[in-house]
Amino acid sequence: MSKPLKQIHLAAHFPGVNNTTVWSDPQAGSHIEFSSFVHFAQTAERAKFDFLFLAEGLRLREQGGKIYDLDVVGRPDTFTVLAALAAVTDHLGLTGTINSTFNEPYEVARQFASLDHLSGGRSAWNVVTSWDAFTGENFRRGGFLPQDERYSRAKEFLATTQELFDSWRGDEIVADQATGVFLRDAKAGAFVHQGQHFDIQGQFNVPRSPQGRPVIFQAGDSDEGREFAASSADAIFSRYAALEEGQAFYTDVKNRLAKYGRRHDQLLILPAASFALGDTDAEAEELAREVRRQQVSGATAIKHLEFVWNRDLSSYDPEGPLPDIDPDVSENHISKGRAQVRMYRDPLATAREWRELAAANNWSIRDLVINTGNRQTFVGSPQTVAKTINEYVQADASDGFILVPHITPGGLDVFADKVVPLLQEQGVFRTDYEGPTLRDHLGLAHPDEAPEQRVAS
Amino acid sequence: MSSTPVSPLHLAVALDGTGWHPASWREQVARPRDLFTAGYWADQVAEAERGLLDFVTFEDGLGLQSSHYGELDGRTDQVRGRLDAVLIAARIAPLTRHIGLVPTVIATHTEPFHISKAIATLDYVSTGRAGLRVQISARPHEAAHFGRRTLPPLDTYDSPVVSDLFDEAADYVEVVRRLWDSWEDDAEIRDVATGRFIDRDKLHYIDFEGRHFSVKGPSITPRPPQGQPLVTSLGHQTVPYRLIARQTDVGYVTPQDPDQARAIVAEIRAEQEAAGRAGELLHVFGDLVVFLDDDRAAAEDRRARLDALAGEPYTSDARVFAGTPAQLADLLQELAAEGLSGFRLRPAVTGHDLPAISRGLVPELQRRGAFRTAYEADTLRGLLGLPRPANRYAATAA
Repeated sequence: MSKPLKQIHLAAHFPGVNNTTVWSDPQAGSHIEFSSFVHFAQTAERAKFDFLFLAEGLRLREQGGKIYDLDVVGRPDTFTVLAALAAVTDHLGLTGTINSTFNEPYEVARQFASLDHLSGGRSAWNVVTSWDAFTGENFRRGGFLPQDERYSRAKEFLATTQELFDSWRGDEIVADQATGVFLRDAKAGAFVHQGQHFDIQGQFNVPRSPQGRPVIFQAGDSDEGREFAASSADAIFSRYAALEEGQAFYTDVKNRLAKYGRRHDQLLILPAASFALGDTDAEAEELAREVRRQQVSGATAIKHLEFVWNRDLSSYDPEGPLPDIDPDVSENHISKGRAQVRMYRDPLATAREWRELAAANNWSIRDLVINTGNRQTFVGSPQTVAKTINEYVQADASDGFILVPHITPGGLDVFADKVVPLLQEQGVFRTDYEGPTLRDHLGLAHPDEAPEQRVAS
Repeated sequence: MSSTPVSPLHLAVALDGTGWHPASWREQVARPRDLFTAGYWADQVAEAERGLLDFVTFEDGLGLQSSHYGELDGRTDQVRGRLDAVLIAARIAPLTRHIGLVPTVIATHTEPFHISKAIATLDYVSTGRAGLRVQISARPHEAAHFGRRTLPPLDTYDSPVVSDLFDEAADYVEVVRRLWDSWEDDAEIRDVATGRFIDRDKLHYIDFEGRHFSVKGPSITPRPPQGQPLVTSLGHQTVPYRLIARQTDVGYVTPQDPDQARAIVAEIRAEQEAAGRAGELLHVFGDLVVFLDDDRAAAEDRRARLDALAGEPYTSDARVFAGTPAQLADLLQELAAEGLSGFRLRPAVTGHDLPAISRGLVPELQRRGAFRTAYEADTLRGLLGLPRPANRYAATAA
């Protein structure tokens, strides 16, 4: 018995403030003007994508004590730009990354409930937590929270916002002009939350929104992060886009659902994925190589090596060999405001491995950085890429992908024009939206709907 | 008759629910069931733009509306619940071309870093039409929504607690403004030769340290199109007048008559001078609640009818006007002669009185040469005659 074909979910990540985004390309437009966001969102909607995704960072990155200047710097406020995009799109989901650390549940709940109303049920929240004192310097809530309390605060933060979303049932507003009854219930929105991190009470002032609650995304990769997602999220923005590691992550997380009484289809796994498209596979490979060289200038290569070495390497020649000196294994002090740095958990081992790779391939520093990072997820002709994406999804490496183009704002156009029609021909991607809300696009039940109803219908 | 040339007035409309009268939602034109949809707000702002108004403000609050300032009233016969004002403004921005969008922001419990980038972004999505109206919350029940401080029950409006909240709001606006300037206009250089996207010497730490908070900067959002979006505030007495004088571009005040208008303007001008801003353009607008009809009796009847529905006479901090567009034009010109440069009108019933402003009052003022006949600028600052300010952190040529 063959498995029924899974439908693919696709989303568009607005190019971010890292070196994936190639700002030096002549085609690269503004990263801040609203017209770029409109172009990008309307391309995604034309291609019937599930949603647009915005990342967030609340302090400009620094390296060696100076603001990092080699990548795109600067971005808009997430809520504000998503609300504006709701005016120029009709169906596209609007996913915003919002930090649970430098906000309060009441305010974030108001903003997401408002966005959900103003978009007709298209809002989603990628919940992140980053309690570092560096970012905290921009906030009255700034300060340091030990690592082990971050998830407990994030979990309580999310649970508290859910209590606020649920404080209105949806039938309170009568607005009967004849009888003069506006509210059915004087206690609409009443809430009390007493916990370790939040002790709040009162009445929430935004009535229940079309989706009930925004769709919840989670992005953390630690064991705690995976549990958090399995217990509380609707989707995961994951980093595992390759086939085998994607399958391993997918299996791991989906198997955690049962203990929370949840089914596999109640949590979607959506890795970030980049792409390079050409008329032929060979042309795409050539383009992919060119783009990687654009993404890693000599100066960028040195800065990336510093993430691992945790030292000032500015005196090294990017076209020369790797440093002989070993990484500084004391606490990171070279790079601030960058999650990527924590990926290198054993810098000495990484340095050893990289020196061996460089020696074996006769790579310079820049060659090494180009070849060890930034490899595009999908490289090939539209046929190849469509086929690969479908294979990955059917093989349970993911439920779809959040695509990260390298050019703002036009980098998605070629994917929309060339790849999406092929996926539609294969019957694995929608040719039109079936409902108005993001929950409809993602196949997620409304919170007021019993999950069984969705399965039976 | 005086032959003094008439100086054009500025006009704004304050949007709040279905209107400022608590029974406004019961009028046929009110659309109370649409209040939580984008379409409702889009229609109101389009009507205001049709009238060539300078800007609209959006009321907001961190708790349910109440007929008492300091506590909830438990009433179910008035509009309760609202959407975030900044997000309403952002949702409307792409649908409008000229009118300014000025949401209320609450300084008391929120982060100046977030609000600074939110209003900067509103300025980007509206291409230069953003502002904010800063407000404090002294309500104990709203403080309980945040759980980070306890405010005592409010006894008088000039208590030390309230005064302290205004000081905090002044610091808040200072941080918001510094963050807007924390990027110089030409900080983005895209220098392919050196690989630098920005010239980091043109980004600035703001290093604000105050009694209530410290903020490092720079903003994550580049300097907005207007440089400094419009900052506005409402005041009824000395403490808020001081905030208006120190930190805003437009202050809203509530004179009941020309004498009061003259006295208030004089007080604000004195505070403005004390704050070292004597040379700067600071608009003082009069706030008025308006019932507008073709004859005064109809307007007064409508007010009486709404009062009967509400069960009590409507009172306001602002003067309540009921009459014809021509009578209102007379009053506005009379008050303007005392130093007010514009007005923020609060429609008693938005669905009735906003069109009466845009289609009745505006043509009347135009006939008198006292209001624009077309939008003459692309930005909100431009409409108000405010220059695009120099960046406080930019090195000035020696």
